[in-house]
Amino acid sequence: MEIPNIVGAGLIVIGAAMGIGRIGGSAMEAIGRQPEASGKIQTAMIIAAALIEGIGFAALFAA
Amino acid sequence: MISKFTAFTAFVGLMFFSVPAAAQDHGHEDTHQEEVHHDDAHHEDAHAVEMHAEDAHGAHADHSEAHGHDEFIPASDTEGRKSVVKETVEHHLADSYDFHIVGPVGFPLPIILFDNGLKVFSSAKFHHGESVAEVDGEHYIIHHSKIYKTDAEGTITYDEHHHPTNEKPLDFSITKNVFMIIFMAVFMFFLFRGVAKTYENSLVPSKAGRFLEPLIVFIRDEIAIPNIGEKHYKRYMSFLLTIFFFIWFLNLAGMTPLGVNVTGNIAVTVSLALMTFFITQFSGKKDYWMHIFWMPGVPVLLRPVLAVIELIGLVVKPFSLTIRLYANMLAGHVVIMSILGLIYIFASYVAAVPFMGLTLFLSVLELLVAALQAYIFTMLASLYFGAAVEEHDHH
Amino acid sequence: MDKLINDFSIGLFFWQSLVFIILIFLLRRFAWKPILNAVNEREESIEGALKAAEQARQEMESLQASNEAIMKEAREERERILKEARDMKNSIVAEAKETATAEAEKTVAAAKAAIEAEKAAAVAELKNQAAVLSIEVAEKVLGQELSAENKQAAMISKMIDEVKIN
Repeated sequence: MEIPNIVGAGLIVIGAAMGIGRIGGSAMEAIGRQPEASGKIQTAMIIAAALIEGIGFAALFAA
Repeated sequence: MISKFTAFTAFVGLMFFSVPAAAQDHGHEDTHQEEVHHDDAHHEDAHAVEMHAEDAHGAHADHSEAHGHDEFIPASDTEGRKSVVKETVEHHLADSYDFHIVGPVGFPLPIILFDNGLKVFSSAKFHHGESVAEVDGEHYIIHHSKIYKTDAEGTITYDEHHHPTNEKPLDFSITKNVFMIIFMAVFMFFLFRGVAKTYENSLVPSKAGRFLEPLIVFIRDEIAIPNIGEKHYKRYMSFLLTIFFFIWFLNLAGMTPLGVNVTGNIAVTVSLALMTFFITQFSGKKDYWMHIFWMPGVPVLLRPVLAVIELIGLVVKPFSLTIRLYANMLAGHVVIMSILGLIYIFASYVAAVPFMGLTLFLSVLELLVAALQAYIFTMLASLYFGAAVEEHDHH
Repeated sequence: MDKLINDFSIGLFFWQSLVFIILIFLLRRFAWKPILNAVNEREESIEGALKAAEQARQEMESLQASNEAIMKEAREERERILKEARDMKNSIVAEAKETATAEAEKTVAAAKAAIEAEKAAAVAELKNQAAVLSIEVAEKVLGQELSAENKQAAMISKMIDEVKIN
């Protein structure tokens, strides 16, 4: 049976969204624990999110 | 003088006018309304609006041909309207050979082809892509925003994937995107030279410098120094600053009604990412190559495996830089225009109000994304540079 | 992926790379270097000003401290001088008193000695007078009564014993 590409794309988006959501959530928690390190946490969060996003987009284009 | 803060406010302000322009523009399309291939990149948004692409394929082509241009499509003909919306979106994202602003306003741009010698002529010859241009005995036609060689009648032959099989000349035309790139480069040059000049009299910035200097200092203190290090960062500042403002300004320009989609164009992002890649490799120190080919501190047997992984990473980095910027900007434009298109499809005032609100919200979000993507690109570039110049002491 | 490759335009890539590289060099020469230099210079001048202010503050403090030290010294000097003066006055007064006392004592002693001597002389004189007188009295008495020699002598010794001068 052939699965339409759009399903794969949807799965990718779900995966990437979950990943980025987790990063965001953990970052918020971390900032809550250590507000003084919020700058560093934000930077790390954005980099991690950007990497996941990159993988997500790459997969989307492959799909 | 362009170097005014008002220029930026103008960018932001113009964004709000971009909304109607995108919706009205369907009347000035080119004639070749072939159905797009359903393996394109907009599955997640443009196609989501549609039914299954396979079923719609035939219907779309029929509608496009039947309805032509200035004809009114009745609101009951949802399929017809969908294809118009889709085509408008595609047209707006694609590069074009003339600078079309709104309605009849616009100007042609020079076309430069290498095809049995250099051929330079105005894109006015194509009459907005509606006719075949004849230059030195050769015929050219624009099909899906690309120039193909053709005969006097403008015939285009297709293969089974619906791709044209006509020969493509080597195309170095000043397209709309190239025009915008040059315009932005000139704009940035005068803007930042103006800022630099204000420092000649006093060390306190004035005019646009008051707005731009904190950003410059931010890139230096928050991006370059932490990632590259106090010792080496100075060499990369020019590149990082230029790339940050270039991407950011072009992203913002993409939010204007001019419909320029420079940073959402793969050729542009590939170029930016490749430059980052080459700078990284050329500034790679012994430690950097050591970490790629012969990772210290792991068992010898594992080292070749890690080398392979590192080499893949080497290629993936510029690739992800390319795709991230491209896809983010493209997706943003597609989403905004598709939602606007929904107003046209539903053809009702009830639908118009919430969709306008949603578009406004997404546009503001896109403004954030415009800055965020520029920041991320700069950030990752400096991260890669930092890895290249880093000196480890654990050997 | 197909779409990406299809979208890729060599011309756009070429122009983008060319314009961007030119832009980097132009901006580097005309914008980034002057701007970053100016920012650096300003930061350094601010830092320098802050340092100078700090230094001035410290100098001020040390100056104040030294002022205080001088004042304290002056006060001590004054105290010392006053004390010395007081001491000198006291010693002079004491000395004068001592001298006066000694002088007075000497005078008194001399006076006492003179009185003693006068008194001794007067007593001796008195004794002699009394003896002469007694002899004269006795001579007269005895001349009349006693003629015998032995009786006279007994009588004299008996009378001398009786006369007791304290």
